[in-house]
Amino acid sequence: MSNFPFLSVLTVAPLVGALVVAFLPRHRPELAKQVAFAWSLLVLVLSVVMWVSFKAGGQRFQFHESYSWIPNWGVSFTFAADGIALVMLMLIAVLVPLVILASWHDAESSKRSVPVYFALLLVLECTMIGVFAAADVFLFYVFFEVMLVPMYFLIGSYGGHQRQYAAVKFFLYSLVGGLFMLAAVIGLWVVGGKTFDWQALSQVDISTGTERWLFLGFFLAFAIKAPFFPFHTWLPDAGGAAPAGAAALLVGVLDKVGTFGILRYCLPLFPEASKWFAPWALALGVIGIVYAALLAVGQNDLKRLVSYTSIAHFGFIGVGIFAFTTQAGTGAVLYMLNHGLATGLLFLVVGMLISRRGSSLISDFGGAGKLVPLLAGVLFFAGLASLALPGTAPFISEFLVLIGTFTVNKPVAVIATLGIILAAAYVLWMVQRTTQGTLNPALTEVDGMRRDLNLREKVVVAPLIALIVLLGFFPKPVTDVINPAVQATMDDIGRTDPAPSVGGTVQEAAR
Amino acid sequence: MTELKLPSIDYAAISPILIMLGTALLGVLVEALVPRRWRHVVQLTLALLAVLAALTMVVLSADERIITAGQALAIDGPTLFLQGAILVLAAMALLLIGDRSVERGGAFVAQAAVTAESADDRRQAEGRNGLTEVYPLTTFAIGGMLIFVAANDLLTMFIALEVFSLPLYLLCALARRRRLLSQEAAMKYFLLGAYASAFFLFGVALIYGFTAGIPGRPSGVDFATIHAAVGESPASPVLLFAGMALLAIGLLFKAAAAPFHVWTPDVYQGAPTPVTGFMAACTKVAAFGALLRVFQVAFADANWDFTPVLGAVAVLTMLVGAVLAVTQTDIKRLLAYSSIANAGYLLVGVLAPSRDGLAGTMFYLVAYGFSVLAAFAVVTLVRDDDGEATHLSRWAGLGRRSPFFAALFTFILLAFAGIPLTSGFTSKFAIFGPALEGGQAWLVIAGVLTSMILAFPYLRVVVMMWLSEPGESTPTVTVPGGLTSAALMIGVLATLVLGVAPAPLLDLAAGAAEFVR
Repeated sequence: MSNFPFLSVLTVAPLVGALVVAFLPRHRPELAKQVAFAWSLLVLVLSVVMWVSFKAGGQRFQFHESYSWIPNWGVSFTFAADGIALVMLMLIAVLVPLVILASWHDAESSKRSVPVYFALLLVLECTMIGVFAAADVFLFYVFFEVMLVPMYFLIGSYGGHQRQYAAVKFFLYSLVGGLFMLAAVIGLWVVGGKTFDWQALSQVDISTGTERWLFLGFFLAFAIKAPFFPFHTWLPDAGGAAPAGAAALLVGVLDKVGTFGILRYCLPLFPEASKWFAPWALALGVIGIVYAALLAVGQNDLKRLVSYTSIAHFGFIGVGIFAFTTQAGTGAVLYMLNHGLATGLLFLVVGMLISRRGSSLISDFGGAGKLVPLLAGVLFFAGLASLALPGTAPFISEFLVLIGTFTVNKPVAVIATLGIILAAAYVLWMVQRTTQGTLNPALTEVDGMRRDLNLREKVVVAPLIALIVLLGFFPKPVTDVINPAVQATMDDIGRTDPAPSVGGTVQEAAR
Repeated sequence: MTELKLPSIDYAAISPILIMLGTALLGVLVEALVPRRWRHVVQLTLALLAVLAALTMVVLSADERIITAGQALAIDGPTLFLQGAILVLAAMALLLIGDRSVERGGAFVAQAAVTAESADDRRQAEGRNGLTEVYPLTTFAIGGMLIFVAANDLLTMFIALEVFSLPLYLLCALARRRRLLSQEAAMKYFLLGAYASAFFLFGVALIYGFTAGIPGRPSGVDFATIHAAVGESPASPVLLFAGMALLAIGLLFKAAAAPFHVWTPDVYQGAPTPVTGFMAACTKVAAFGALLRVFQVAFADANWDFTPVLGAVAVLTMLVGAVLAVTQTDIKRLLAYSSIANAGYLLVGVLAPSRDGLAGTMFYLVAYGFSVLAAFAVVTLVRDDDGEATHLSRWAGLGRRSPFFAALFTFILLAFAGIPLTSGFTSKFAIFGPALEGGQAWLVIAGVLTSMILAFPYLRVVVMMWLSEPGESTPTVTVPGGLTSAALMIGVLATLVLGVAPAPLLDLAAGAAEFVR
């Protein structure tokens, strides 16, 4: 089964589905939804089969495929997945059907075509899978940029308040990053002997000055995409304006392309420059953790609040990556997955609340738990997961990042730990103001608030809750897959973990 | 008295030129002899057949690498590739020019001499058939362009320049509607064009003087002689530098590079849209074909001297085009500034002195030509009672009214913005790659930075079309007849194919990327 061209099929399948859905008659929206949902389930099934046939202890890159594309430039359709990519692909495959299900009625409130909305979601899935599956830098860049187009229309056409502004800002920010990366991609191509193959490029020796410039080109694109402080200002706008489903994908998956790109491209291709820039990157990460958390505390808009919490979490991921230890690296990758699940859930639940109330302002809620107890409970759970309560999956990743960082850089780890306290503050205060306390009388007059979770919504949240709890207690299946890949990445930059020591100082251990 | 020797001429190799010019003359006869109601059909068929025949001859002589007609014409890889490009793009432009389904009587005025804004003018605007003289004018222009990219000495180049410029000046004045704007455009283009031609001619004279000043060498303005003279590295290169600068001004004017670009927005706006498309696509190819030959053949050995200057011009051009595009409110002016910025990118290609650079530049010219023609084809379709609705605010909500055409236009705009899977991306790569390899990192960085600025105006149009609500004044898109549809579909498909599978054309360009000297 491992000879099956999983990655190319997975990439193309959603695109075919999108075409089918887009050409379904506009007056039969139900059919379009059903086809889109079925199609995304198909992709999920295929992904599960791929997960099963991935050999955790085997080669670093598996499912390698390569087809010639533009031989003049040494460009080919090369796909390959390591453990990190595999985990992200699974996350996409799980999230997309749930998002489709959660967005069942989202497109109807806008006056736009419903089939097109679901077609755009599937196109987005295609580009997201492609970007994680590509093992050719050119191909990666193509997916990286094309990804903007469906997201742009999802936000711009189907979003809420200020959607035009948010869509354009999102597009321009990402495009700016992408163009810097384009310059670096071309530079890499020139110094790398006119090939785009990742494996060949990772063997190339680059002079120090050039390497730093190329690193910067890539890093800037990824830092905008992730986004790290101070390139983050587009995310609250985009996350706030996007329809909840699209926002879940935007923050849950799309932004991981940035951190994934750093792990896959910046570190292995430019190891020296990565080490040289690491203090700066760590600083950005730490500032992001604290700064975004503080901003999150002050938000009155639910979706913007969740967006800011994500920026804080990306700070953790950044710290985990640039700490250069296997523990922290594994933690960062695990964080990418867990954050996708937890924040995905949070966005979807918040979306359910907002669609009921017709407003995304926290001040418009209050005591909602008395009307919709189940929904309030799920919101509480999602909040706890997102503040990394022990027993939920994010706890493990956050803990790994912190102890992995602590062994090499105590100050950073200590400041980052402050982020946990702030996380408790913004999550609990948000939950308190929306669902606890005295009932806001205005809520009782809104029809939507009388309906608790229906079956469709229960089906959406149940798998995510189950996964978060499961991975919170038993992360081994995932860490087994991630660990070798992170180890290989650390080998690429020539870092080994400090040996564990009992009673000795860290300096001694590092010797 | 020495015997006058006639130069030998390879008629097969120059047959595309002869076909186009012959057809143009024939077209003049048709005007005189064929009854009025048949002229349109006859002229259009004749012009299209001629383009087809010329294209066939170009394809048949694809392996020709000679200099013929004395030293006047070089038929080599770049010439044939660019001639082919001009002919294909011209065929598309002719389809747009010949269309009479979008506007009754076509996009051209019925009687050019009618006073603008008079009662006569209003009557002719209402649907009398347009002039058919546009076809011989266009074929003359195409013929001139074919000579221009093949010219191997400066005098031939100058004559070709005039042969294709004069008809263009006239064509600009022939818009059916907004006669004043159109006449103003033609006048500006003519005056500035004449001025630029004078610069060019002065440059030729100085270069002649330069070659004559080198002892023991023949003097002349053919490229082999100039090349040899430049290689001699004389004591005082003042004549060379002055001549080179003046020649460059003449050529950069046609290429619409800053600071010689000021005519572009006015002319693009005032000219009949099919003619604008023709200029944006074919004139660009011709102008850059000539620039490539002059700077990579004749002045190749002086590249240390001209690269910084042309590089600065390139940066300025990209910057001016991109920044001013941001402020435009008229779609034709926006496309004009975008075309200026693209001239800047093309100059980056001209300054990458390698086979790859030459191939990349030629690829870019073809890819851009297809996209820009498709863009102007869409512009002809968005109309109200008063002709084309070119003000951007009128395009609000177009995506709701006519999703299909808005989608096509969005695709073209994404190509201009350089999004992958469109020819806009592959062509940028084709130019920036060799430029970086040639050590012109600063030009590539300038190119990337201006691309960012330039993305904004394109995006603004997309926002207008899709994310704004259609207003009272949003015009409908006219469903075009066969001719415009064909041109539009060819342009869009080429933009897609060259973005997804550029390898065949890249191969072709790489195989053709060597000048005969």
